[in-house]
Amino acid sequence: MHPLQLTSFTLTTCLGRGLAPTLRALQGRASGLARRPFESADLDTCIGEVGGVDAVRLAPALAAWDCRNNRLAELGLAQDGFADAVGAAAGRLGAARIGVFLGTSTSGILQTELAYRRRDPATGALPPDFDYAHTHNTYSVTGFVRARLGLAGPAWTVSTACSSSAKVFGTAARMIEAGLIDAAVVGGVDSLCLTTLYGFNSLELLAREPCRPWDRDRSGLSIGEAAAFALVEPLPAARAPDAIVLYGVGESSDAHHMSSPHPEGLGARLAMEAALGAAGIRPADVGYVNLHGTATPSNDAAEDRAVTDLLGTGVACSSTKGATGHTLGAAGGVEAVIAALALRHGFVPAGANTTEPDPALRANYVLEGRAAPLRHVLSNSFGFGGTNCSLVLGRA
Amino acid sequence: MSGLAAAVERVALLGPGLSDWAGASAALAGERPYTRAPTVVPAPALLPPNERRRSGLAVKIALAVGAAALDGYDAARIDTVFASSSADGDTCHAICEQLAGAERLISPTRFHNSVHNAPSGYWSIATRCMAPSTSLCGYDASFGAGLLEALAFLRAHVRPVLLVAYDAPYPEPLLAKRPVRDAFGVALLLAPRAGAGALAQLELTLTDRAPDELADAGLEALRRAVPTARSLPLLGLLARRERGIARIEYLGGPHLALEVAPCA
Repeated sequence: MHPLQLTSFTLTTCLGRGLAPTLRALQGRASGLARRPFESADLDTCIGEVGGVDAVRLAPALAAWDCRNNRLAELGLAQDGFADAVGAAAGRLGAARIGVFLGTSTSGILQTELAYRRRDPATGALPPDFDYAHTHNTYSVTGFVRARLGLAGPAWTVSTACSSSAKVFGTAARMIEAGLIDAAVVGGVDSLCLTTLYGFNSLELLAREPCRPWDRDRSGLSIGEAAAFALVEPLPAARAPDAIVLYGVGESSDAHHMSSPHPEGLGARLAMEAALGAAGIRPADVGYVNLHGTATPSNDAAEDRAVTDLLGTGVACSSTKGATGHTLGAAGGVEAVIAALALRHGFVPAGANTTEPDPALRANYVLEGRAAPLRHVLSNSFGFGGTNCSLVLGRA
Repeated sequence: MSGLAAAVERVALLGPGLSDWAGASAALAGERPYTRAPTVVPAPALLPPNERRRSGLAVKIALAVGAAALDGYDAARIDTVFASSSADGDTCHAICEQLAGAERLISPTRFHNSVHNAPSGYWSIATRCMAPSTSLCGYDASFGAGLLEALAFLRAHVRPVLLVAYDAPYPEPLLAKRPVRDAFGVALLLAPRAGAGALAQLELTLTDRAPDELADAGLEALRRAVPTARSLPLLGLLARRERGIARIEYLGGPHLALEVAPCA
């Protein structure tokens, strides 16, 4: 694969808005997970809620897109000068030469959940103010971001559950290599809703306390929400010394079960191997692995098997979901940006909340953050349906 | 000139009054009149009985056209791109209804069936295919998105790719807000080089020109009403074994121009 430069990147999670608070939280091993009310949910769990989403207002011309998910997207686009960087790229390349490929699992479905409580008692009809296309539909977030940024290139949503916003990096690479676009806005946005809270609860996968990836006493995941974005374009011959580069993307399918990972992590291993192959690096070149690490017993066990089989037990690994929660369709984008921060600032983030790594797991799970001159980072994202995607990011 | 080209090895189609490619291509070629009738979706023979029972309409229609297009090929080695304007409509409705009620008990099976990539998951399990697979949504532009990504996959991996585009409509009350009334599925098996039975060579470019309309009023109504049926101008050229350019609706700008050259 031809390397892509991350010209601009940003993320907004329960750790804060933009790169600076995220960096502080990761270096301080802080977690944004808390037991707090969300909407009318009555579940005994902790969530990673982004503060202030409800207060966000979209521009009047974009009012049709108004919903929690697109407000979160708007909040994310406004951080770290991201929207301005895209504007500058559009000026340089042309709006039609920039694609938009975003991942989400539930888009603005909260809007529909709320509308179902306001059905006409006589006819059962949904209320007149409910706008399916601009809120609930899976494409909504991508359509909103494309309109908000004034872009006119190809666009679609990738919705492969929790690997969605890792896979968009592969889409961007393929579309740029095919010559249809010169750059792409990629990333993911997923917001809290009742479908995922009650859905994961039905699978008995929600932890009561803030989730503890890789811990001996891990008991499930904590759901978070996030918006993460990157502007990617071909790496120029004269590369900036601090450039962050996407070197490889690997994708695979488990072909095993709809909601349980392959017990030996075979699909995960195939995705990691493909990413290393696309990047042209060896396992020993990986300095840090940002694990998928949801903190469910079966995910962490399967991923541990895959990671240690391929990379051995020495490489530093952690899951940042103890800090951000599992942001589902946004997780791949969030963790790609965290990988970029780790590379740029030269540190290995410690896994928050985890106190005693499971002795049955063999990966070198990092409990104390440390400075490290990283060259390559591997980031894993796996999802329902047995969908796997691994990214290799590195320094120029 | 774009880098996106492929041989169309196989086509499969399932829609209202269109029960297979042989019959549908006669209607698309104008050799028989098109008559609208409810889409008949077969039970997915690929799945074991218990999975068959648990799968929704989206899975059934996607697996039906996917399997029809791959008949005779080794599915375990083929990349897949699934594209749909929504996830499974019935599943989404059932979950929203339960969440609006007093008892918010969602069945675990229903929850994992609600993900947009459920057909991709069931497909990979049924075919034991561990190759890359993606699942896309572009609202009304979903077929165009899927075709772009499928051709990009093929270009990047230089091996066959199966595109499966489908719509599994919502029941009321969502149907009134999203009036896609017919289940519809199209599968295209695309390959880097034409095999012995290939239908045509295809090359894609982006265009600002308006999409083609169909001469038959019934088929044109279908094209406008169902997102996956935006594919019909391309399928018409393939059915007629005609050389030409099919312009299909994508994002309202750009649209897609597909240069089609039949294989001998």
